[in-house]
Amino acid sequence: MKTILSGEQLSITIQRLAHQIIENSPELAETCIIGIQPRGIWLSSRIMQAINIIKPNHPIRYGVLDITFYRDDVRKELHVANQTDIHFSIENKKVILIDDVLYTGRTIRAALDALMDFGRPRKVELCVLIDRRFSRELPIQPDYVGKAIDSIITQRVKVGWKENSGKDEVILL
Amino acid sequence: MRLSTKHLLGIRDISPNDIQLILDTATQFKEVLQRPVKKVPSLRDVTIVNLFYENSTRTRISFELAEKRLSADTINFSASASSVSKGETLLDTVNNILSMKVDMVVMRHSASGAPHFLAKHIPAAIVNAGDGINEHPTQALLDAFSIRENLGTLEGKKIAIIGDIMHSRVALSNLYLLKKMGAEVMVAGPPTLIPTYMKEAFGVQVEYNLRKALEWCDVANVLRIQLERQNQVLFSSLREYNQAYGVKKEMLASLKKEILVMHPGPINRGVELDSDVADSGQSIILQQVENGVAVRMAVLYLLAGRETP
Repeated sequence: MKTILSGEQLSITIQRLAHQIIENSPELAETCIIGIQPRGIWLSSRIMQAINIIKPNHPIRYGVLDITFYRDDVRKELHVANQTDIHFSIENKKVILIDDVLYTGRTIRAALDALMDFGRPRKVELCVLIDRRFSRELPIQPDYVGKAIDSIITQRVKVGWKENSGKDEVILL
Repeated sequence: MRLSTKHLLGIRDISPNDIQLILDTATQFKEVLQRPVKKVPSLRDVTIVNLFYENSTRTRISFELAEKRLSADTINFSASASSVSKGETLLDTVNNILSMKVDMVVMRHSASGAPHFLAKHIPAAIVNAGDGINEHPTQALLDAFSIRENLGTLEGKKIAIIGDIMHSRVALSNLYLLKKMGAEVMVAGPPTLIPTYMKEAFGVQVEYNLRKALEWCDVANVLRIQLERQNQVLFSSLREYNQAYGVKKEMLASLKKEILVMHPGPINRGVELDSDVADSGQSIILQQVENGVAVRMAVLYLLAGRETP
């Protein structure tokens, strides 16, 4: 077991990701942030908090997306569906998808398909906390990365949050 | 997390956890149905036959729509327009359809137990869409979903099932489900339409006075008088039934609380339910129909996902 990010490092990383997103999105009113259920929403809500503190007078649209019904492994393993809540139109908006760990890329593929059923965004970007490089099974790359790591298949990345496991940290098992 | 069963033959055979999983999954499908694109690709590789040996409007359309919203391929079969009229047996018909690589069967039949018989003889997953006077599980699930949506929970809620209990598969499925989910259940109607064993068999209250039933309940699920299944005279006339057991606006208005009114459809207006009640704000009949699609999507999705290659 190895710590990839401690609680303190994690909060600095989230601050940086929030700043990068703002830097890259001059029109915040035309930008939407969408967290991917179930685990991406812990990160996306932290990033939203950070953005709201940095830019308090620029409310930014925020939603959560569940991709269960778009998975390509329905027949192998049944996942329990979570809530999707996108109460605004993404038509012609810039959408930033947020997830905690980018691994094979299959979740993001499903998220892109799901997203397109809500409209036609002008642009879609991807923000992840941990990028497990060299493990991709699909041609998908992130635009914002908390930390990139090299890991082998048998290893597991565990992202813990105060809200669900009592402690902010990222560890490699 | 998955269902404990390969088929949905009846509520009697499934667990409270299964019911919970179906209702929770249906909540997510209901959200899908509000999207600009009301369709998900989950069952792209699944073919489903809708096998209707008995007439149906709501259930057949609802299943068909649910299948399409899940991207499944569908075939519709109705007995009246098929070789059944030439004398082909149920098992032969189904085996012929399955040989064309069909994965799931949604079936309605006038004989109680017909889907159970099929389940013993064919490999495909079967969803019972109503069998004789036995069960109509997806109707009970959508009723439960609608109650939960309006009242938050089923537990401890008082549900009165009113009308033709004896011939109603909706009543039986609802009874099993509501008891499993911890609701209090009462059956009400004329003594001739309520089997005498209800109390000891199901532990439900039996009431022959409509007014008392309505005063007791939070939800009144009013059943259709099944004219096609009455083989003997169990009440003297439809008019008299309406006088004694028809749910009327004045009676609802005189209750101390506002109760929800449900009906599985099709309504015999002016018999078990008066028009001004069916169309009132207390009635959630059309909401039930809307929820039917989401609930059936959940059932099909969870059963299709179960078969492991």
